[in-house]
Amino acid sequence: MMTIYEALAEPTRRRILDLLRERPRLVGELVDLLEMSQPGVSKHLRVLREVGLVDVRQDAQRRWYELRTDPLAEIDDWLKPYRELLEARYRRLDNLLEELKRQEENK
Amino acid sequence: MMGTLNVIAEPGKHDLVLTREFDAPRALVFRAMTEPELVARWWGHEPFATTVEALDARPGGSWRFTMTGEGTEPMSHYGYFHVVDAPAQVVYTYEFSGMPGHIGLVTATLEERDGKTFLTEQSLFTSVEDRDGVIASGMEHGAAESWDRLETVARSLVVTA
Repeated sequence: MMTIYEALAEPTRRRILDLLRERPRLVGELVDLLEMSQPGVSKHLRVLREVGLVDVRQDAQRRWYELRTDPLAEIDDWLKPYRELLEARYRRLDNLLEELKRQEENK
Repeated sequence: MMGTLNVIAEPGKHDLVLTREFDAPRALVFRAMTEPELVARWWGHEPFATTVEALDARPGGSWRFTMTGEGTEPMSHYGYFHVVDAPAQVVYTYEFSGMPGHIGLVTATLEERDGKTFLTEQSLFTSVEDRDGVIASGMEHGAAESWDRLETVARSLVVTA
């Protein structure tokens, strides 16, 4: 089975996730929007379901594909220490800018 | 008031995008990013001291910031400026002494709206591995900072106990 990172590395699959972020969609809509064949779209959707990024909801005769964000939160955790480092750095820049603003006002 | 930092590093891509808002006109933000004595005051991270060894903000000019701390080898970040368009844009190369030869191209763009400045910084690397390596090296430092804080807290507990 593919990892979530491998699943996301493919541009068409990222595009599918962008479209599903707007709202759940039917395969037919994705086929039209991506201008791809139905088997091609289905293959990508299968990969995205396997890594848990997409769920299917059955509604009478229709199958709605929707985004699942839990695995994306894990990716976000990966960046957390880096973000904290930069946040501390930019807070120092905020303080410096406050000082520069006061200097300008007193000129 | 603090601006929100966005860090965007999509899996499988070569770039890293940061966005941040500052409550100051961009002429000031630009100065803080390009004047050596100002950069030394905010760049880098605890518990390291940052020395601005070079910062010649004009096309072809070089920059080099070195971080030193107790018990660790000095680490440098360095590169060359390609575009310096005050106060709107700076384009420069980025290299880290921990992974020499893995060069990134950084485009920092400053936009001003209602007296506030919006910074967008895109770093483009030649491979996904290079980009992830830079993020990982930043994290090691971040972790070092947390350990240091923990140690300070632990020491104060010993004193009061």
